[in-house]
Amino acid sequence: MIRLEEVRLGYNGLLVVRDLNLTISPGEVFGLVGPNGSGKTTLLRAISGRLAPQTGTVYLNFRRLSELGPKALAREIAALEQEVSCSFDFTVREIVELGRLPHLERWQRLSFQDHEIVTRALALTHTLEFADRTIHSLSSGERQRVWIALALAQEPKILLVDEPTAHLDLNYQIEIMELLRSLAQRDLTVLVSLHDLNLALHYTDRIALLSEGRVLALGEPERVLTEGLIEQVFRTRVRIVDGTGERYIVPVGGGRKIRS
Amino acid sequence: MRQCKGPLALSSLSILLVGAVATGIAIGAVPLSPFDLDSTHLFILTQIRLPRVLLAALVGGALALCGAVMQGLFRNPLADPYLLGIASGATAGAALVIALHLDSYLGALPLGAFLGGLLVVGIVYRIAKTRVAQLDNYALILAGVALAALFSAVTSFLLFYGGASQDARRLIFWILGGLGGAQWLYVLGLVGTLLVTGAVLLLFARDLNALSLGEEMAAHLGVEPRHLRKILLLAVTVLTAVAVAVSGTIGFVGLIVPHILRLIVGPDHRMLLPTSALGGAVLLVLCDALARTVLAPAELPVGIITALLGAPFFLFLLRRRAQAGVPL
Repeated sequence: MIRLEEVRLGYNGLLVVRDLNLTISPGEVFGLVGPNGSGKTTLLRAISGRLAPQTGTVYLNFRRLSELGPKALAREIAALEQEVSCSFDFTVREIVELGRLPHLERWQRLSFQDHEIVTRALALTHTLEFADRTIHSLSSGERQRVWIALALAQEPKILLVDEPTAHLDLNYQIEIMELLRSLAQRDLTVLVSLHDLNLALHYTDRIALLSEGRVLALGEPERVLTEGLIEQVFRTRVRIVDGTGERYIVPVGGGRKIRS
Repeated sequence: MRQCKGPLALSSLSILLVGAVATGIAIGAVPLSPFDLDSTHLFILTQIRLPRVLLAALVGGALALCGAVMQGLFRNPLADPYLLGIASGATAGAALVIALHLDSYLGALPLGAFLGGLLVVGIVYRIAKTRVAQLDNYALILAGVALAALFSAVTSFLLFYGGASQDARRLIFWILGGLGGAQWLYVLGLVGTLLVTGAVLLLFARDLNALSLGEEMAAHLGVEPRHLRKILLLAVTVLTAVAVAVSGTIGFVGLIVPHILRLIVGPDHRMLLPTSALGGAVLLVLCDALARTVLAPAELPVGIITALLGAPFFLFLLRRRAQAGVPL
């Protein structure tokens, strides 16, 4: 469980997130949505321990996050940056094996059990079939699955993912979101920032709608992503339509200037 | 596929190194043969040839190892051991020793070069650290470029002001790099440094792998990037400074060798670092043997040979990679 209490975040005088309170429960897929610059990535950085709050506290299971050392933290929380890249052409398996780093001493080699965990992470993300190919030979959708496999090899309780579907084709977007959903069913807490509101609507249990560093609305996706709130935050008119029993957010354009 | 290549590469490089060392010992102005050793030959073998060949192996190994680490640390295959200005600092140190006519004292020249090299990297590190971004790669590289220019100016001034042609010649010879001054003392000093720093670098090889995914991702895997950089830069700087102090600024070994080995054994630093060290040793022993024989009895600075071989090979690599569409 993650709890943020009166957390204020920023970089050198620039305040990004203001006095934020938030609790994320185990096993849920929690979505962060909001316009560019609303503080999604900054919030994720704070929860991953990479950005210390200016005031307030981040708790992980009732312990202060700042009390945990980098390795202990990496055993609890896995985090994927918005754009991961690899500067050398490692194989997929070599990369996923790095997920075992927080569990190993410096001189320790991967045990049989470690290799099992790596193989399981590869299998769960459907990357096992190209485990011996090099990372630069894969498509971006396949690579995104490899990064998730890497995170799973850490055996974390919490997975933070920043915009996993950006730059992906539609089929890959669905694939990644369904993968994250299925992982949550295996008791992983997934905290994901999304710019695609429909993905957020369909694949998350709860959503925080961020605007200018504040949580404007919090709760079930259907209750947060309303026409009124979306228009207020994104300054674009949308309509929520029912199609085959599911709801879809459709932008109708024009912003506030156009009247219906 | 690569997994089996690793140990194979390691053992074949070891055999190659033994062969290269044997060749290096045998050939030279006075050919040596194990079946025909009188006291003169024995003297040449133990006091001249052997320390020289061993020093070549150690310097080559040290430079290639440092190059591999720097390329991993800066996530850039164009990085080399001299990236942060250590070569120009060492040169300025050597120039100062020569200009002050201190180089007749035993060890003064290598000591001056060593201190000059350390000084530059120390200043670069301090400058990069005070920046807001705190010690990021660009700050380090930019500070390195600036300091290298500054210390080159010092060297140029000393060359110009000193004027005496004998001094200038000596300095130029030092800059070009060579193993002519090899002594057992240098060999022992470099062996000790290489053992200590090499062990440290190998211990952090897996962290370097994590760093390939970027500093933030490495941090998420429990590797503290700033901490890692501090340790690795310290080890690389000391090792490079010692290597440069005893041999001058030999170029291209630290750049080319890790490249070649990355193509053969893959990017895993646990395999790349030791194979690079072995590969660098083989390369420099052979280049030094060439340097001693092509114009015999005269001697070419080995730096000319490494650059002559290294630059075209590097262009070939760039071309190959561009054609294959592999990002550099």
